[in-house]
Amino acid sequence: MAGNSEPLSPRAKLAVTAGKAAAAVSRAAGRGSGSVIGGKVALRLDPDLLRRLAQHLDVILVSATNGKTTTTRLIAEALRAAGPVVSNALGANMPAGITSALAGGSDARYGVIEVDEKYLAGVARDTEPKAIALLNLSRDQLDRAAETRMLAEKWREGLAGTKAVVIANADDPLIVWAASSSTNVVWVAAGQEWKDDAWSCPSCGGVLQRPGDDWVCADCGFRRPIPTWALNGDYVLDPHGSAWPIHLQLPGRANKANAATSAAVAATFGVPPQVALERMYQVQAVAGRYDVVTFEERQLRLLLAKNPAGWLETFSLIDPPPTPVILSVNARGADGTDTSWLWDVDYTRLAGHPICVIGDRKLDLAVRLEVAGLDFRVCENLDEAVRIAPPGRIETIANYTAFQDLRRRVGN
Amino acid sequence: MNQNSLRLVWVYPDLLSTYGDQGNALVVERRARQRGLDVSRLDVRSDQQIPTSGDIYLIGGGEDRPQRLAAERLRRDGGLNRAVSNGAIVFSVCAGYQILGHEFINDLGQREPGLGLLDVVSTRGEGARCVGDVLADIDDRLGLPPLTGFENHQGVTHLGPAARPFARVRFGNGNGTGDGTEGAYNDTVFGTYMHGPVMARNPHIADLLLKLALDVNALPPVNDQWYEALRDERIAAATQAS
Repeated sequence: MAGNSEPLSPRAKLAVTAGKAAAAVSRAAGRGSGSVIGGKVALRLDPDLLRRLAQHLDVILVSATNGKTTTTRLIAEALRAAGPVVSNALGANMPAGITSALAGGSDARYGVIEVDEKYLAGVARDTEPKAIALLNLSRDQLDRAAETRMLAEKWREGLAGTKAVVIANADDPLIVWAASSSTNVVWVAAGQEWKDDAWSCPSCGGVLQRPGDDWVCADCGFRRPIPTWALNGDYVLDPHGSAWPIHLQLPGRANKANAATSAAVAATFGVPPQVALERMYQVQAVAGRYDVVTFEERQLRLLLAKNPAGWLETFSLIDPPPTPVILSVNARGADGTDTSWLWDVDYTRLAGHPICVIGDRKLDLAVRLEVAGLDFRVCENLDEAVRIAPPGRIETIANYTAFQDLRRRVGN
Repeated sequence: MNQNSLRLVWVYPDLLSTYGDQGNALVVERRARQRGLDVSRLDVRSDQQIPTSGDIYLIGGGEDRPQRLAAERLRRDGGLNRAVSNGAIVFSVCAGYQILGHEFINDLGQREPGLGLLDVVSTRGEGARCVGDVLADIDDRLGLPPLTGFENHQGVTHLGPAARPFARVRFGNGNGTGDGTEGAYNDTVFGTYMHGPVMARNPHIADLLLKLALDVNALPPVNDQWYEALRDERIAAATQAS
């Protein structure tokens, strides 16, 4: 299927080389991995580069509010059973970062690409993917992001007429709305804990009824499609009704859901669920997420949660009380600067855990926890929080830049 | 207060709860309980009837289409208007604030009738979206410390003669009219553009609603240590951002 189209033009080759040089300079200057700046230089030289690079690959796109980096890793791991894979594994998920990642994989057969929600339609147009995995949509960074339903609407318009197989979560009404303009959809019952962005019918605005796992709009009849794949506890059910056990090193229900979707994607490329799921066991930590590190002679598990849906899934995977918990929240540009979302998170789920709060916005967290009726301590920094934490492995939950701060502090 | 317990009604969380609006309900509830009051909170979805016997009604912010749907359903329901004529207290934020006025511009770019509970009319601003920390002085008559909040809106709200400005901004935009006003209120109905949520940063507003509902002049003090620390930090941030 791949690797047999025309070779790169001289201009595209030059663009790739210039991009790699810029990335090397950026790395040498200590400005991160350089994948984004490399991609930007390459795109400026040849705006068509992403399309040309993608031509040589079977492209799989992955987008969502939560879980896209992890799912990209799981799919990449599974597809390596069928051939070499190139992927933007570090989460640089806008066109420049994607271009940079693809430029590094000239021998690959598959391109597994995480895409920022806002860029999905454009990247799908440029890369002509064979498959698109859509996991979930929920509120995130509302001070600068598009409205959640508008995003679903843009996906719906952008994906209409796509030749890709769309592998989509049947349990998220916004995802179903976005995917249902596509002709070839594989529905996966991947579950959805966070429901507060989908009480309104995305089609007509009516109030959705949600009996059990089902959902239906009483006004227009828009309803949950019948899935062919499903997550069922610790098993993936395939379209033949066979149940395959999920063995992951990654914790939590959300990652089992990601594995179920990834198995459905892999099957599209002929990789059987058993093989795909066995390979997924290799994935240990994703860009530092879920990593267990030693800091100040204590064990810390690093967990990233960027928005209410992410926090909810994270609370469901942490060790039970009296495991100590450190929460860290920032509100810098990449986090969204409006901290109101903290009030959408049900922190009473942390009752019984000793809690310390840190981060730029620790006082917002303090008021939030006070109103939730929880005991907590406010600490200046991670060192202090770790020092006063009672014994046991510490669960450390942080939003985006707070997570980066934590990784830097623990030397991860 | 017409029963033994204070009845707090949160209006349409399925449509108008985009900016942590549950926080306002949680803070009012918590501060009432800390004063030993018996509180019942009722969350009313937009396919349910609005009860008319509540003491305090909270209505939050939302995206453009849900805002239109909420206005349509509230007009059809009529319960909120009846509750106000029964003497209920209403506090509204952002999209909810616009709905309580005479009209606003909906997601289709058309003028959408509101509930007429506040003498205000909202239009859509031509300039940049108002986003950021706000510091404002609340109307003297209410006797409250400065207002701190986070605004994120495109709307511009003009006050009529029967509405008083809730506050005057020192930093930020507020109503977006350029005259420095922020929010609006009359005897029992309040509106603001402030997120945060606004009660988390201004617990005195929650206390004001409780006092109005209970018809008392004072409430027993509670420990406001963390609220005060957050207020100091956010007031400094608003001052420095400008």
